[in-house]
Amino acid sequence: MATEAAAKPLPEPTRDSKPYWDGLNEGRLLLQQCAACRKIRHYPRPVCDGCYSMEVAWIEATGRGRVHSWTVAHHPFHPGFKEELPYIVAIVDLEEGVRMNAQMRGVTPDEMRIGLPVQVTFERTKEGLTLPAFVRTQ
Amino acid sequence: MSLKERGAITGIGETAYSRNSGKSVVALQMEASLAAIADAGLAPTDIDGIIAYAPSGVVAEDFVTNFGIPDLRFSATTPMGGASAVAAVQCALAVVATGVCRHVLIPLGRNGASGSRIGARVREMPQFRVVGEFEMPVGALAPVQLYAPMARRHMELYGTTSRQFGEIAVATRRHAALHGNAIMTAPMTIEDHQASRMIADPLRLLDCSLESDGAAAVVVSAAERARDLARRPVYVMGAAEGHPDSPSVISQRPDLTTLGLAKAAPRAFAMAGVSPAEVDVAEIYDCFTFNVLCQIEDLGFCGKGEGGPFVEGGAIALGGRLPINTHGGLLSQAHMAGLNHVVELVRQLRGEGGATQVPDAEVGLVTGYGDMGDGSLAIMRRG
Repeated sequence: MATEAAAKPLPEPTRDSKPYWDGLNEGRLLLQQCAACRKIRHYPRPVCDGCYSMEVAWIEATGRGRVHSWTVAHHPFHPGFKEELPYIVAIVDLEEGVRMNAQMRGVTPDEMRIGLPVQVTFERTKEGLTLPAFVRTQ
Repeated sequence: MSLKERGAITGIGETAYSRNSGKSVVALQMEASLAAIADAGLAPTDIDGIIAYAPSGVVAEDFVTNFGIPDLRFSATTPMGGASAVAAVQCALAVVATGVCRHVLIPLGRNGASGSRIGARVREMPQFRVVGEFEMPVGALAPVQLYAPMARRHMELYGTTSRQFGEIAVATRRHAALHGNAIMTAPMTIEDHQASRMIADPLRLLDCSLESDGAAAVVVSAAERARDLARRPVYVMGAAEGHPDSPSVISQRPDLTTLGLAKAAPRAFAMAGVSPAEVDVAEIYDCFTFNVLCQIEDLGFCGKGEGGPFVEGGAIALGGRLPINTHGGLLSQAHMAGLNHVVELVRQLRGEGGATQVPDAEVGLVTGYGDMGDGSLAIMRRG
């Protein structure tokens, strides 16, 4: 037990969000788009807040975006992340107009700034899950 | 129908605050509640409404059973995390104003230090379901990690500094040391704050509130009943709650630096008929220093982005232009999810503030903040 890194908290996909997680497993970042009015929304949920339609299409995002804000985690609040400290979690404005958060790769904290251009990547965890991460694009 | 001054806080109670109470959460809440009811000059069986604090696991039924309440007419919860306690004041005000109840008890207590800690608790809460699915798996797990990007963006946009956060921690600690029922009383300087270890950049250890054991309680009575009770009533002039856009996920919020309080504050001030300039003392929910600074802006004490300069130079300490958290707050007194802030405001407006009394305090304000950005406030005056 003591030699193994602790497991991370795992998401529990719902009927509304399963296509998102399935997409990550295939190396694709999928977003919900309202089938009626075409508004894109995130995180996955059943109703379009623009027109109240419950008809959903899934589109593949470009994965490009810009940093909106971030934090650098120094304290372990979960044993599954202890070995990764310190790590950067960024909130990113995607080109599609929604945001998501994910860890940054290949960037030091002092290089972080609002507007930093980034691109999504996909990482397979030892738990068999694919999570998004971001790398700087310039 | 306006709720203005249709109700008053007539009783307040607290246990000792500690890191290890040695008592059950039920016992803590009963102890504080009995103190509040006695303070009002009431008997426990006079309570006919209860707004319980759901996350504590103690429910209205526990009070009915322990106090032998014969005819409870109203029970509710206000599920807004740290905004619950002050939102409960608005709820109680509505209930006594409409004649549903005469005396509503608002209890809150926890073994937050000796029992389960916040990082474990939030993962079990339904209001964190979305964060739990999409953000906790990538490493944004605890409230401090979820709130830190709000503070970072404020710093980047407005030039706010960590030293300005430190001003809040230092002033609050000074008040705690004078208060008499506070956990953290050792003197603190800005340099101490700057030297404290980083938890979730830009928030340091001394930007974070405590995890504490204890309980607080207040009684809200109908105004016409309040006049006949044991203590000078403290009237609720205005109260409101507000929910930010994207209430359960900070990352999706159009403006990371504006809280639900920004929607609630104009409503409460309009109801009260006063302006921020008329507030003598403010007890502001301080889960983290940044949240105080942001609420000072959202309350209208200064403009958005001006909170950093506002808190400098002792302006928020006793003797400053807006003394805040005269009990030491969640940062240094104890984390009672802001019901300790309500208790302290009542003490101030009764003139019972002791060593931290703001001279001639007539009008005061208390806020709640919780669950990723929900806000609540109550504006009160001495009777």
